Amino acid sequence: MRSRRIGAAIGIYLLLVVGAIICLVPLFWLIRSSLMSTENMFKLPLILFPREFRLQNYVDVFTMVPFARFYANTVFVVTFNIIGALISNLMIAYGLARIEFKGRKLMFSLSIGTLMLPANVQLIPLFLEWNWFGKVNTFLPLTVPAFFGNAFFIFMLYQFLRTIPRDFDEAAFMDGASYPVIIARVIFPLMKPAMAVVAIFQFMFTWNDFMSPLLFLNDTNKYTLAIGIRTFISTFYTPWGVLMAAATLTILPLIVLFFIAQRYFVSGLTIGGIKG
Amino acid sequence: MGLSLYTSMTQWDMLSKAQFVGFQNYIRIFTEDKLFLKSIQNTLYFTFLSVPLQMIIALGGALLLNSQVKGKGVFRTIFYLPSLIPIVVSSVMWLWLFNYQYGLINYFLNLLGADRVKWIDSTKMVIPSLAIMNIWNIGNVMVIFLAGLQGIPTDLLEAVDIDGGRYWHKFRFVILPLLSPVILYNMIVNVIKCLQLFVEPYIMTNGGPVNSSLSFVLHIYNNAFKYGKMGIANAMSWVLFILTMIISLIIFKTSNQWTFYEGDKQ
Repeated sequence: MRSRRIGAAIGIYLLLVVGAIICLVPLFWLIRSSLMSTENMFKLPLILFPREFRLQNYVDVFTMVPFARFYANTVFVVTFNIIGALISNLMIAYGLARIEFKGRKLMFSLSIGTLMLPANVQLIPLFLEWNWFGKVNTFLPLTVPAFFGNAFFIFMLYQFLRTIPRDFDEAAFMDGASYPVIIARVIFPLMKPAMAVVAIFQFMFTWNDFMSPLLFLNDTNKYTLAIGIRTFISTFYTPWGVLMAAATLTILPLIVLFFIAQRYFVSGLTIGGIKG
Repeated sequence: MGLSLYTSMTQWDMLSKAQFVGFQNYIRIFTEDKLFLKSIQNTLYFTFLSVPLQMIIALGGALLLNSQVKGKGVFRTIFYLPSLIPIVVSSVMWLWLFNYQYGLINYFLNLLGADRVKWIDSTKMVIPSLAIMNIWNIGNVMVIFLAGLQGIPTDLLEAVDIDGGRYWHKFRFVILPLLSPVILYNMIVNVIKCLQLFVEPYIMTNGGPVNSSLSFVLHIYNNAFKYGKMGIANAMSWVLFILTMIISLIIFKTSNQWTFYEGDKQ
C-alpha cells in the first residue's frame, strides 16, 4: 500500500515536471533568441544556449522603430482604460444591485447578455460608428468604451456587492449622503479586492488587445505595443533577434504584475465559472 | 446593431453612398464566395480540434495539482504563465518555434529520430499547428477547473474510500458529475473564443498556405479592410453571430443530459 502511494507521487511529479517544461520551453526559446545575432540564430546545428549574450538587440528595438513611443502609447491607453473601468463598472453594478427602478431586471439581463456576444461581431459596426464621428486614428475609440462598462466586470462586482450588507448604505443614506458619496465613501473601500481584480484584468485586456488598435490606428506614431511588434515582420527581411527582444519587452510588465498580484488573478478567473 | 443590420443589406465601399440591396449580400456570400465556406470549415476544424484536447489536458493538470503533493503553487504558477502572453507575442514566438529549418520543435523531432515536419507551411498541418499553440495557452481553463475541484466536498470522496473504491470510481462517480457545470462553462467560453480565431493566422500565415488557415474572422477582416466590401463583411459578421449562437445553444441544450446541479437533486 505504502509503496503504491510513493509510486503514485513519483508519477504525479513526473507528469507535472513534463507539463512545466512544455509551458516554459517556448518562453526560454524566446529569451534565448532575443540574445542572439541573426547569423547565430540561422546556424545548423542549432545553438541551444548562446555562449555570449548580444544585448545589442535590446538597443536596436528602440532605434529601428519608435518602440519607446509604442510603450508610452500603450501605457497611456491602459491608464485611461483602468480609470474608466473602475468608475463605470462600479457605478453600473451599484445601480443594478441597489437602486430600485423600473426595468432593472431587463437592464441586468441585457448587460449580461452582451457577454455572449462575441467582440468580433461588433467590429465593423464599431468601426463605422467611429468613422462616422471622424475619430479614427485617435486614441478615443480605444479609451472611451471603457467608460461604458463591461459585462464581465459588472457581473463580478454585482455578485460581490450582494455580499455587502445593505445596512451600510442605508445608514449613510439616513445621514444625508447621496449615491455618489455612498459609492465613493462606503462601497468603494469595502470593494477594494474586487476593484483590484477589475484593474488587473482591464490592464491585461488592454495591454494585449490587438484588434482595436489594428482597426483604429493608422499612424505608426500612435501604435500600441501589440501592433507595434508587427512592424518588425516583413516579407523581405525579419530581424528575428530584435523581434524576440521586442516581444520579451512587451511581456515583461505582464509577468511582473502577475507575480505581484497573483491571488487576484485566480479570484478574478474563478468568479465567473463557479458562482455563475 | 441596427446600423449593422442595415449595412449588411447594402452594397457599400465606404466612398460612395450605400445602396440598399436587400438580402443579396447574404445570398452572394453563400453562393459566389467559395472562400467563405472554406473559412467556416477551417474555423470549425480548429475549434473541434483544440477545445476537447485542451479541456482534457487542462482537467488532467488540474487533477494533478489538486492531489496532495508539495510544491503545487510553483507548478500552478508555471502552468498559468502561457496565459499571460499576449496573442501577438505568442504568435511571433510560435512562428519561430515552428520554423522548418531553425525551429526548436523540428530540432527535437530530429533528436528523437523523426523527420522534420512542415508545420505552418503545409496545408495539412497548419490548423493542427495553430491548435497546438492554442492548447499551450492552458492556464485559464486549468485554474477554473482547479477551483471547481476544490469546491468538491471531501466527505463524498471519503465515502468512496470507505466503500473500497479506487481513484477511478472517485473520478467517475463523484468528481465528474460535480464538476460538470464547470466543464460546461469552460466549453462554452472556449468554443466562442475559438470561433473568433483571428490574430494567429493574421500574424503567422495570413490565411495561407492556399487559404488553408483562412479563419472566419480573418475573411471578414479581409473583406472589410482589404477589399473594402463593408456590406458583405457585415453580412458575414451576422452569419458568424448566428453560427456562434447556434453552437452555444446546441451545447446548452445537450448539457441537460450530462450536467448535474446539486441544487436540483431530489
